[in-house]
Amino acid sequence: MAEPQNPPQDDQPLLVAEHLGKNYGRLIACRDVSFALYSGEVLAVVGESGSGKSTLLQLLSAQLAPSAGRVSYRMRDGVLRDLASLGEAERRFLFRTDWGYVHQDSAQGLRMAVSAGANVGERLMAVGWNHYGRIRDSASSWLERVEIDTARIDDAPRTYSGGMRQRLQIARNLVTEPRLVFMDEPTGGLDVSVQARLLDLMRNLVSELGLAAIVVTHDLAVARLLSHRVMVMKGGRVIETGLTDQVLDDPREPYTQLLVSSILPA
Amino acid sequence: MTAMIDITNAEKTFTMHLQGGVELPVVRGVSFQVEPGECVVLSGPSGAGKSSILKMIFGNYRCDSGRIGIRHQGTLIDLATAEPRQVLSVRRSTIGYVSQFLRAVPRVAAIDVVAEPLIVNGTARVEARERAGALLRRLNIPERLWALPPSTFSGGEQQRVNIARGFISDLPILLLDEPTASLDAANRAVVVELIGHKKRQRVALVTIVHDDEIRHLIADRIVDVTSFAAAA
Repeated sequence: MAEPQNPPQDDQPLLVAEHLGKNYGRLIACRDVSFALYSGEVLAVVGESGSGKSTLLQLLSAQLAPSAGRVSYRMRDGVLRDLASLGEAERRFLFRTDWGYVHQDSAQGLRMAVSAGANVGERLMAVGWNHYGRIRDSASSWLERVEIDTARIDDAPRTYSGGMRQRLQIARNLVTEPRLVFMDEPTGGLDVSVQARLLDLMRNLVSELGLAAIVVTHDLAVARLLSHRVMVMKGGRVIETGLTDQVLDDPREPYTQLLVSSILPA
Repeated sequence: MTAMIDITNAEKTFTMHLQGGVELPVVRGVSFQVEPGECVVLSGPSGAGKSSILKMIFGNYRCDSGRIGIRHQGTLIDLATAEPRQVLSVRRSTIGYVSQFLRAVPRVAAIDVVAEPLIVNGTARVEARERAGALLRRLNIPERLWALPPSTFSGGEQQRVNIARGFISDLPILLLDEPTASLDAANRAVVVELIGHKKRQRVALVTIVHDDEIRHLIADRIVDVTSFAAAA
């Protein structure tokens, strides 16, 4: 056949969750979650408030220790390592460089009182950049990429609109060229027009940079636009999983059918 | 075997849990093959399951049983049991699909909607946009619209953008769901030409067309979907 072949698929997963669970006393927040994520793959975790999706994100990003199971991550040397076994330096490397984390509340992901340029530059300094001019150039080129006027580089994000803050968070996260980005309701609380712009931006960046991402959202439209695969959570369990368009166009579980049928047509 | 598509006994039932678990059988015993360079037209009345079969071949609807054999990069893959990553790989380099309606992404220009499948497969942006422009021109989409998101276009214009997006890649299988439904005679003729060109390139096509004249022009074989009717 004449068509170009794909580059060989990377067959090693980047992140593997095995029988992951978390209880708070008798309250089960998350139970028996297993999946593998490959580089360049975007996974959406959907479900309503209290379904366990945010707990899962915290477990996956090592911000919370699991009560059961484990999470492994393929480090840059190609070795898959249990997150619980990592030393402090390795964990720092993940948080500062190899991972990004976009919070729903930008105040958690940004330092609101320092300039936008410093917010982006800080991640570079943490990985050893020390040339002020180069840091500023890189920060300014990232502001452009996320469609923030570079004239605002010296302004603090508390003077920014909600949409701009989210875009700044994205710039701050991507400047170190992470391989995996966690996003917790990245478009939550934004106006629809602002959401569309942010989604379009994220969609392009993810595909240009070949990022893997895990996006927690209750918005099925966000899942449809950004993700390749979907996991539907309810009561702390994954009840349905598959290709995003399969799950949304041909939902099997009663709860997934309910979610899909509850979308109001525009 | 040389077939690009080899479907055996595929079956699909929807279970509507919100309506008390009503079972809605769609198709049963779907079996046919499509060879390279062949255009198979699915026929049957509305509701017979034609679109569902196309969606099963694309991996959009899951099968309850049976096999959806697809020749992908030299090997036969069963899409009914394939992993999501395999399905994505098949869609990237083997199967193209033109749905009945364009699902437009906000803010993305028509020309980029069309060029995207090429870019995803590694074609340089400039070249991909050039080819997208050529195809849009051929489908009579005026150049002043290319930079606009198609969500504001008329139904016929959106459908032509959708067709251009489906036809731009050189994929060995192409699925077309009523590609000419909302087009005028001139544009229908363009689509017939484009289909003819794909056939000469040995592409295997499965299409749904209601227009008898067009069916007559493109079909090598007609598969009657009513024979797969699942309703008891």
